[in-house]
Amino acid sequence: MCLAVPGQVVAIVDGDQQLATVDLSGVRRSVSLACLVTPDRPIEQWVGRWVVVHAGFALEELDVAAATETLTWIDRLTTPA
Amino acid sequence: MKFVTEFRDPASVAGWVREIAHLAQRLDRPVALMEVCGGQTHTIFKHGLEALLPETVELIHGPGCPVCIMPRGRIDDAIALAEQPGMIFATFGDALRVPGARGSLMQAKARGADVRVVYSPLDALTLAQTHPDRPVVFFGLGFETTAPAVAMTILAAARAQQANFSVFCNHVLVVPALEFLLQASGLRLDGFIGPGHVSAVIGTDPYQAVVDRYQKPVVVGGFEPIDLLQSIWMLLLQLVEGRCAVENQYHRLVKPEGNSPALAALAQVFTVREQFEWRGLGSLPRSGLAIAPAFAAFDAEQRYCLPSQASEDSPVCQCGLILQGKLKPWECSAFGRGCTPDHPLGACMVSSEGACAAYYKYGHGGPRSPMAAPRRFAEASARPPLQSELAR
Amino acid sequence: MASSNHPSDSLATPPSNVLEFQQPQHRTRSSDEGYITLAHGSGGRATHNLITDIFLETFRSDALNALDDSARLDLALFMARGDRLAFTTDSFVVDPLFFPGGDIGSLAINGTVNDLAVTGAQPLYLSCGFILEEGTPIALLRRIAQSMKLAADTARVKVVAGDTKVVPRGKGDQIYINTAGVGVARSNQVPGPRYLQPGDAILLSGPMGDHGTAILLARGDLALEADITSDCQPLHDLAAALCEACPTVRAMRDATRGGVAAVLNEFAQTSRVSMVIEEAALPVRPPVAAACEVLGLDPLHMANEGLLVAVVPGEFAARALMAMQMLPEGREACLVGHVTKADPPVVILQTRFGSERIIEWPMGDPLPRIC
Repeated sequence: MCLAVPGQVVAIVDGDQQLATVDLSGVRRSVSLACLVTPDRPIEQWVGRWVVVHAGFALEELDVAAATETLTWIDRLTTPA
Repeated sequence: MKFVTEFRDPASVAGWVREIAHLAQRLDRPVALMEVCGGQTHTIFKHGLEALLPETVELIHGPGCPVCIMPRGRIDDAIALAEQPGMIFATFGDALRVPGARGSLMQAKARGADVRVVYSPLDALTLAQTHPDRPVVFFGLGFETTAPAVAMTILAAARAQQANFSVFCNHVLVVPALEFLLQASGLRLDGFIGPGHVSAVIGTDPYQAVVDRYQKPVVVGGFEPIDLLQSIWMLLLQLVEGRCAVENQYHRLVKPEGNSPALAALAQVFTVREQFEWRGLGSLPRSGLAIAPAFAAFDAEQRYCLPSQASEDSPVCQCGLILQGKLKPWECSAFGRGCTPDHPLGACMVSSEGACAAYYKYGHGGPRSPMAAPRRFAEASARPPLQSELAR
Repeated sequence: MASSNHPSDSLATPPSNVLEFQQPQHRTRSSDEGYITLAHGSGGRATHNLITDIFLETFRSDALNALDDSARLDLALFMARGDRLAFTTDSFVVDPLFFPGGDIGSLAINGTVNDLAVTGAQPLYLSCGFILEEGTPIALLRRIAQSMKLAADTARVKVVAGDTKVVPRGKGDQIYINTAGVGVARSNQVPGPRYLQPGDAILLSGPMGDHGTAILLARGDLALEADITSDCQPLHDLAAALCEACPTVRAMRDATRGGVAAVLNEFAQTSRVSMVIEEAALPVRPPVAAACEVLGLDPLHMANEGLLVAVVPGEFAARALMAMQMLPEGREACLVGHVTKADPPVVILQTRFGSERIIEWPMGDPLPRIC
């Protein structure tokens, strides 16, 4: 069960309710950042970051560097065809 | 779509298919791997990934579809709730067509129940706020991916003192299901692709006990073609090297310790049920969540009188064996005959994530010869002339 | 989906961003001109006033002005254009009534125009029947009638007959429209789903899923926003251009409910052939693709209201495509696959990776899923 899609936090909707607008490649929705916001990382710090959204909640931060690593891994494997 | 499209790059897919073939050759024995999550099953079918794998690598589709494993009695309870006077019953679209003994929620809607499809449990809470004079129940279902969203929504409802809102809780846990499969006799499995989005919440640590106890490798994997192929490659590499470990392919999202605010919300709002019934698998100990006593006011099971009657699946349905990977969908005598996506007899035909529905929908083993289509293009790089293939 | 619970007055003043898509610049009356009552359907003075004030005033057709019980049309006009009368009917219910790119009025005109167009006919005259719910704002009806007039003018068809009935409040959902249409076709050019042959080319006139996705989002239940506009448009010029470029068009369909998947399956079943389409060639606008990813839907299953699926002999594919691309509604036309001999008749999608899967008939309305 687990349809979740990546999007970028673009604006804060309601800081008290931990709601932010997330842009999912052109589809915008108010999304709860309740699973991400901590005292160390208040909601303001999430604007501009990439997250993965499931059922209206940002499930976790998407680590952009790790994504690149996954994508370029094949280039580092040198098994002859 | 950014961070989606890149993970469907054909050249990269071809590269991983080559690497997998290479490892399979080195391994030189047939292996069976289970992708646990129904979302991963969906990707495998949608992109025809099975056809790209070597003959010796078989994928077995796991029980990770929360709609499929919902027992019929719980659907009947949901319908009973939806038919309460004045009720607004909010649900994910997935559950609308699932049949219980008294039909589906869609049929209940046709009979007059006010059933609404929502994208988020928060939207159900909003419905309660905009209809303060009517009771609103949200149909909570899903694994640990979805449970935090529902927990956070219950916390928000408690803060807002939203007295007309409650949740019918049917959340289930992944690890007990895995343990059940591993304990079941006669199951031939060489490793698991762990459910990536569940693991974003629970982390990779909970799989360590499973790996230690049953000596089967687990690679937590993502949901795009490159994610799944990499996960298969990582499992094969462990098998080739004789290792058995928990590894994390989906490290762009999943941390070893999981998501701590989400886990905290789960611990605060839910308790683990002693037993929970899984359609096709039976009653599994400590495999489901209930709403904790402190939040009883938001627990629909406590607020409303529910029939809660167990109702048996059709005797010809063999979903249990299919969910355990012991039977392929097309080997079931009801597949495509008495049991179709329009008239599902059993769990696996119900949801688009169910193994039977996926096979039926995407034609593998369906009206065409069993597994002919997925096996046809063993070499991903070569693209055989389609017409001659089809002329057979 | 929740379709039964919007307050009827909320649509009397739709948000301006919806309005600007199609609102014609006719005179607009104050929105307090009242509401439809059962008297408007009684056949008495109120009925007469409503018909005169809204429909005659808006459509301005001689046949309507005569206020006769039927329109009498000059047969010579038909016979000059062909030797077959094409006749069709379609009913329109849509929630919401107004959506980006159209409304129930433009939908009712274009839908029937397109049904005629895909049989190779030139659409000429339409009738329209309205089922109105008691309490529907008259201003709303006027806006919809004006939108129909604009759509009819754009499609160069005339509305020549009409009818109105009123049902008690709660027995309908504001406004339902039926349109019937007649047009002229030639017996030597009759495309149909049973004429497909192996080697034929499958063409799409534009991107898939715009209408279905726009409607799903416009309902608001999912609280998603995107710049997606319905493709609601007449296709008869495109169909005519296609028939001109390719005298042996095998089949045409506008891919409405059930999307392109339903059309291709129908073609495959009727002609007993397989349809092979290439995933990489299927046109989908980025926001539609994203919305479908978010909701777990397949653009192949999403409804369209101005998308032509055409099958032509392989050797005509290039000419047919070029002819379609010359027109604005076919600017993004493309070749998406071909017909093969195969048993059983199925629709096969070749993935970007060289594997294949079968595209089934869609099961009911697309439902958003989270699993």
